[in-house]
Amino acid sequence: MEQIVKTMSLKEQLSDQFQRHRDIIGRNDTPLIAQAREQAFHRFMEQGFPSDHLERWRNTDLKRTLSLDYDQDIVAPALNTEVSNLLRCNIPHFDTFLVSLYNGWYISENGSWITRPDGIVIGSLAQAIKHFSTLVEESFARIGQATRNGLEALNNAFAQDGIFIYVPDHVSADQTIQIVSMVDHDRNLLLQNRNLIIMGKNSRLKLVHCDDSLNQQPSFTNTITEILLGEGAVIDHYKLQNINDNSSVISTTLFHQEANSQLSTHVTVLNGGLIRNDIYVDMEGENCTSDICGLYLVDKNQHVDNQVQVNHLKPYGTSNQLFKGIIDDHARAVFNGHVHVHRNAQKTNAYQSNKNILLTDKATVNTKPFLEIYADDVKCSHGATVGQLDQEALFYIRSRGISYDNARLLLMYAFAAEVINKITIEPLRLRMDDLVKKRLRGELSICDQCVLHCRTKENTVSFDIDMSKI
Amino acid sequence: MLIIKDLNVSIQDKKIISGLNLEVKAGEVHAIMGPNGTGKSTLAWAIAGNEAYTITGGSITYRGRDLKELSPEERASEGIFLGFQYPVEIPGVSMTNFIRTAINEQRKYRGLQPIPAPEFLAKMEENKKLVGIDSKLTNRSVNEGFSGGEKKKNEIFQMAMLEPTLAILDETDSGLDIDALKVVANGVNKLRSKDNAIIVITHYQRLLEYIVPDFVHVLYKGRIVKSGGKELALELEEKGYEWLKN
Repeated sequence: MEQIVKTMSLKEQLSDQFQRHRDIIGRNDTPLIAQAREQAFHRFMEQGFPSDHLERWRNTDLKRTLSLDYDQDIVAPALNTEVSNLLRCNIPHFDTFLVSLYNGWYISENGSWITRPDGIVIGSLAQAIKHFSTLVEESFARIGQATRNGLEALNNAFAQDGIFIYVPDHVSADQTIQIVSMVDHDRNLLLQNRNLIIMGKNSRLKLVHCDDSLNQQPSFTNTITEILLGEGAVIDHYKLQNINDNSSVISTTLFHQEANSQLSTHVTVLNGGLIRNDIYVDMEGENCTSDICGLYLVDKNQHVDNQVQVNHLKPYGTSNQLFKGIIDDHARAVFNGHVHVHRNAQKTNAYQSNKNILLTDKATVNTKPFLEIYADDVKCSHGATVGQLDQEALFYIRSRGISYDNARLLLMYAFAAEVINKITIEPLRLRMDDLVKKRLRGELSICDQCVLHCRTKENTVSFDIDMSKI
Repeated sequence: MLIIKDLNVSIQDKKIISGLNLEVKAGEVHAIMGPNGTGKSTLAWAIAGNEAYTITGGSITYRGRDLKELSPEERASEGIFLGFQYPVEIPGVSMTNFIRTAINEQRKYRGLQPIPAPEFLAKMEENKKLVGIDSKLTNRSVNEGFSGGEKKKNEIFQMAMLEPTLAILDETDSGLDIDALKVVANGVNKLRSKDNAIIVITHYQRLLEYIVPDFVHVLYKGRIVKSGGKELALELEEKGYEWLKN
């Protein structure tokens, strides 16, 4: 553990930590990774943390996040409990293969490197450097060359561990794989991990990724997940974010799609102090499809920012973005959906929709649908709405005898249901549905209930209205 | 049952109804007619409790209770039903669950247990037949993608399910073909009893051939300017409203 001295800015502290401990940080590196790390460190020193001068960061201010002091572990911390105590999934009928990140470090009951009977390899990134060094080197090189912002460079400089998944050609995972990122600590913590998921030709994978915090301590997560879809690969990817109000998560997910691959990614933001999702989809082959959905429910002083960039690089691609949010109290939501259709990406279909409901006059939304089209034979559309609950609908429901509170809830739930219903794993959909209802009723708190590893028994929530059959 | 005294209603400071008096007794069917923009729908909204309409004077009492003190949902639970002229689409809320929720909330208000499932289902079947809608419709979201006629039938279906003591039908007949009109009328007539009252707002005498009113009122400039029996509707059909304007 490294105690960071308080008098320096976070950037200076990180610089100091990197320079003093680069040998420990890079102890597993191949020469190429070490080189990428050094380059990334220098890039971070040049670029620093993103500020609101950058167009993509105009509406998300990191000042509060960066004003805190954080510790960052440069070697894996000792676990103070059995792995099996941490990992317990209580979603009924939800059979998953569970791997976890504990404060950003890989933990699993099954060891740090396994090959499943279906051929899928799952392990820690640290192990992957040994077993699949080229793949990891390429990833570090790619991110190392990206100049989008200093945070990605910072992650490339410090990331040592994370989840690695390799699905061989023509293999369909017979079980959903579930990643749980838990943050559990008694000090402010900065964590930067890196996940790498490689899918071979015509492979199939269902992946559920949950971010949870187990207490109220501030943390700052700067995480990158890269998912490579080989030709004809199909992935169903779900992300659930339910962290405490004092914590910040900057989550960058990069999808690379080869020809005929199908991507479906779905993010649900239930709680968090500051949550920023950067989702990049590069359609590098012809005839790719991608569905990118998101639901965010924020209140108090929470801030959620979803940035999507879909790059249509080749012809016959289809992308579909659907993001919806309900913003209460003083909370703020940002959406930026960028579709970039490159010159030879003819016959592209790209759709985008962002809908928001503001529940108070202090709640804020900044939404920016953005189409950039250089091909001439494409079909693209975008739309964004910001509104209140439909007063006419509210009256209609009330005029049938349904109370104001329930009418409101019904309308909010109905608004959210469109996104929830896109979840194709039924037990997960039911659980998310339940969580969203609880969230809308103000009955969800990260302390008493998180999705997977509830330490307390789940309270039975009864609705005044039975929404089970909506 | 319903007593309206010297009622004044405004929307955004615009006075729509001024000095309206009306009494509806149990067992009666009243028809309200009148030119466009004279306050017919406003009267319906005011009784149902739409907060956009402010009661600036006078009173509406229903079975002895001052409606001004009741929220729209309480009025509904007291037995008042408004069939909307333009029913609202509620995407994402299934018809079945919407109606069950409404029934159970009303029952809760009246101190009753939730409706047992078999009873609810039987009632659904019965009323679906009554208004001629099928399960395809009731499994969909409320009014979403319904045709004009289906929306109106759905209002009558909801009325039949909720069994109100006072039903106000705001131009439920507009836009209906003759078969749909008969369905609507049939639904209303089924509700008719000595304990219930019905107010029908319409432009056309045609509906009143199927729902025969006890009284016909003409609303003009926010007041009832003429009242009479069912023959008044025929007279209006013949002469138009011009002769009443003077």
